[in-house]
Amino acid sequence: MIRINHINKSFANTVVLHDISAEFEPGKTNLTIGASGSGKTVLLKTLVGLHEADSGEIWYDDTLFNRLPFDQKKNMRKRIGMLFQGAALFDFATVEENVMFPLTMFTDQSYAEKRERVDFCLKRVNLINAEKRYPAELSGGMQKRVGIARAIALNPSYLFCDEPNSGLDPNTAILIDNLIHEITQEYHITTIVNTHDMNSVMEIGDKVMFIHQGHKWWEGSSNDILRSDNQELNDFVFASSMTKQFRALSNK
Amino acid sequence: MCFPMFKSLLELCGQYFILMRKVFSRPDRMPVFWKQLLVETEKLGMSSIAIVAIISIFIGAVIALQSSFNLESPFIPKMYVGYMTRETMVLEFSSTMVALILAGKIGSNIASEIGSMRITEQIDAMEIMGVNSANYLILPKIIASTVFNPFLMLLSFIVGLFGGWLIVSLTGIITLSQYFDGLQLDFKPHYITYSMAKMAAFSFVITSVASFFGYHAYGGSLDVGRSSTRAIVACCVIILIVNLILTQLLL
Repeated sequence: MIRINHINKSFANTVVLHDISAEFEPGKTNLTIGASGSGKTVLLKTLVGLHEADSGEIWYDDTLFNRLPFDQKKNMRKRIGMLFQGAALFDFATVEENVMFPLTMFTDQSYAEKRERVDFCLKRVNLINAEKRYPAELSGGMQKRVGIARAIALNPSYLFCDEPNSGLDPNTAILIDNLIHEITQEYHITTIVNTHDMNSVMEIGDKVMFIHQGHKWWEGSSNDILRSDNQELNDFVFASSMTKQFRALSNK
Repeated sequence: MCFPMFKSLLELCGQYFILMRKVFSRPDRMPVFWKQLLVETEKLGMSSIAIVAIISIFIGAVIALQSSFNLESPFIPKMYVGYMTRETMVLEFSSTMVALILAGKIGSNIASEIGSMRITEQIDAMEIMGVNSANYLILPKIIASTVFNPFLMLLSFIVGLFGGWLIVSLTGIITLSQYFDGLQLDFKPHYITYSMAKMAAFSFVITSVASFFGYHAYGGSLDVGRSSTRAIVACCVIILIVNLILTQLLL
């Protein structure tokens, strides 16, 4: 479980996150939604320690992550997997080397053992016969799958995904969403996904947090969204006339 | 007006030393470090051999020609053509000029490579895994070029003298024995050590400064280009300053 208490974060004179508190449960896909620039990515990067919170607490189970000394934080990071918006695969490495990278850096496994784990991870994300290809030779969806395979290579307890289906066609986006959801349940991982894709919210959102202008504005399940009377949430979720009609039908 | 500039320069220096502290720590995995070291030696050092050799052979030839044209006085022996070629190559060209050329070649390569990794979040991905990205990416580059490039200086020196020999043989401006006598005249082996030491210092400057600008790149591809340009300009200026200081200290 990840618990955050009263997180504040600002850059120069711009306050990006205002007093955010939340709990993210293991085995569930926790979604953070919000418009572009609302602070979702900053929150995610603060949670994983890429940004330092100005104040507040970030708990990973019983460990106060943001107060850990450098070495302990480094050890903790081995239990964290992250999928970036652009996959962030290493250009200089093949698919196999990308997935093998955390294993090479943090385990004493033999090449055969690492190879076995890489095969398992790539199979788990339904990517076969791509081991020797470089990221530039892969489609966006395949890159995301390699990103997921790399993120789960060390059996993480916590998985963070920053807009995992941005730039993907609807079918591939749903495939990626489902993959994240399945992996979360299968390995009982605490997963936090940033998205502004409403399909994702409806498909895999066990718990949804809406961020508006750096504030936690609303929290609930994906079903609660349909019944919510929160104006800002409704403006964001039901922005198109089609989604408005969908909501009207669901409420009937 | 000067104060803000001075302040930002100080900030830049501070950031540079903070980065170097991260760079010069014990690598997470020594076998991975040795492997990276070999890769970087090939990428930054071996791949520069051809360009250094081509430039040096022509410059050696040109120095010999120009020295010959300018030594018209009958009181100055012709063997001074060889002497001047040797001294120019060993004292300045093979170290400082080659370093300036390498600043353009490998400096831009390093800054754009690390800058691209920064803006595509590859460096963030390493940090999240718990890898010291500065150490993993920059240390092998610094060590590879600081150790290998002094041999490039040596190569440049030898090839430059060969260029001089070639032009002397082809044009007959002086005899070959005069050229070889000049090469051996008042030879101080200490100059080679001095020049190799200078090259090691310049190589450290090139790789660390270029890595610094790449590591702190932000924005998009245009910004990576800008970082790369700034890196080369900074490398060239620092090389010239370091050259002045080392010459005063070592000669």
